[in-house]
Amino acid sequence: MVRFRAGFLINSLFLKKSNKMAKARIIVDRVIARMMRSLTIISVLLMFLIGLGLLLKALPILKEHSVFHMLSSEIWRPFKGEFGFLPYIMGTLWVSLIAIAISFPLCVLSSIYFFEYAPQKLKQFILPLIDLLAGIPPVVYGVWGVLTIVPLISEHLAPHFVEYSSGYSVLAGGVVLAVMIFPLVMSLLGEVFSSISTELRDASLSVGATKWQTTKLVLMRKALPGIMAALILAISRALGETIAVLMVCGNIAVIPHSIFDSGYPLPALIANNYGEMLSIPMYDSALMLAALILFLIIVIFNVSSRFVSTQLEKYFKL
Amino acid sequence: MRKAEEYFFRLLMVLASLIIVGSLFSILFTIIYRGIGSLNWDMVSRVPEGGFYIGKEGGILNAIIGSLYIAGGATLLALLLSIPIVLYINTYLPKDSRLAGFARTSFDILFGVPSIVYGAFGFAIMVFFGLKTSLLAGIITVTLLVLPIMVRTMDEITRLVPHELNDAVYSLGATRWETAKVILKQVAPGLITAILLSFGRGMGDAACVLFTAGYTDNIPTSLQEPAATLPLAIFFQLSSPIEEVQQRAYAATLVLTIIILLLSILSRILNSILSKHKIQ
Repeated sequence: MVRFRAGFLINSLFLKKSNKMAKARIIVDRVIARMMRSLTIISVLLMFLIGLGLLLKALPILKEHSVFHMLSSEIWRPFKGEFGFLPYIMGTLWVSLIAIAISFPLCVLSSIYFFEYAPQKLKQFILPLIDLLAGIPPVVYGVWGVLTIVPLISEHLAPHFVEYSSGYSVLAGGVVLAVMIFPLVMSLLGEVFSSISTELRDASLSVGATKWQTTKLVLMRKALPGIMAALILAISRALGETIAVLMVCGNIAVIPHSIFDSGYPLPALIANNYGEMLSIPMYDSALMLAALILFLIIVIFNVSSRFVSTQLEKYFKL
Repeated sequence: MRKAEEYFFRLLMVLASLIIVGSLFSILFTIIYRGIGSLNWDMVSRVPEGGFYIGKEGGILNAIIGSLYIAGGATLLALLLSIPIVLYINTYLPKDSRLAGFARTSFDILFGVPSIVYGAFGFAIMVFFGLKTSLLAGIITVTLLVLPIMVRTMDEITRLVPHELNDAVYSLGATRWETAKVILKQVAPGLITAILLSFGRGMGDAACVLFTAGYTDNIPTSLQEPAATLPLAIFFQLSSPIEEVQQRAYAATLVLTIIILLLSILSRILNSILSKHKIQ
């Protein structure tokens, strides 16, 4: 800071005439600095404000019921004052896990293909295209799910396994979500793979390893921290997705027992009941608690994603 | 054996890539195929008549205008907030500043917070201040949603400005504020990317406006009135049993997708044109 101001001080020493003007400029500079500083600090506090705001709204229900009981109870009867979040938590877990199980292996394989094998031209054509689709809003994915995935499941897939499924199932939610996070995961993995130096590849290839051996033994090891961080970010994105999942997963508040059962994820619970939540006591508080749980989980995931990538890097140094 | 393994995994990779690219194209195809039939001039130039959920006549103008208002208002507000924040972090604070690092981390985390949480938080604020579902409440909530996107994008651009530029301006005797203005001029073209990105995100988000902006058949004429939005127009009208209403949902999906794709393409083109003239 001192170094930066030196030029300015010299300037005002030698040009005494402009002293008054210089003072005015310093005052303007300081006033604006104060304003900007407070704005920055307020915006940094936004994260805590959101947590605090949701906590305050959730307090009434936290006073009446124990958190542990609400998280482990299956019974959801707002009219009778029973708020068990377990079906919703399980719904969220099913949908997210299916999405990650489909999406992540595909994206890892595909990223390796585009970064290690594919011709340069194909890569330069496809990757920006995938990136472009990242901007498509969730609701559009939801429409696609309703029009294609849901009928596909109810008419072609489910009859082979279960007696009846409407198609609106955790599987449909998982598939739609998986496709939705393709662009995100591809771009995260793309960053990981493009940051690995070509010398590493060349060294491995030069000692007679095949391309796949190089990929498996050298690249994957080097990329592992980045891949883990991407995985955590992908999960946290999947956990919070609302509208696309809400449209296809059936929304029945029962713990799903197979992938063809309907589920009811937490975000869908919040979104679906906003209309009635003011008329039933404690209902709004329960929904705000759901939002708070979601918020906390996602903040924890995001923080641990950063932690994982820096920590693992130390262990997997080549 | 080594060869067999090589071929096997190569096949898997190609298959995975085909599935990813194929499913993404399947979305575009479905949206265009369903939407093109119901999209006509009436659809985009009239508001729904006889209620958006049951009325068979009219179009989706209310949702198009509402979305533009909300995304536009939120982008403008977020821009006004993020310019001082980004300038402060990058020119006022020293490079190893803890506040700057903390601010960046917190915006990274806020970026990952799902929109439904912003929606719930916006609703809590609304109730606190006694606001009803309105254009204003929608704009405020979406501003919170796009602020992290705006700050992060602008910060990335601003960080690319060579530090020597700062030093050069300081050495002429400029104050920090005057230096910040020079930096702002340098990054101004890049702001367009941030603006388009935020605008697109603001237009496409449903969970944020669900509680806060409400829904209406009319075009809002003041900040206190509720506003319809395209994502909600899709969401509500798709579930209607009436064929004509569903057509409106398909048309809205296509319109939204086209707007979003145009915005992304535009930002890419502008980005590549503008980055040619930057000082490296």
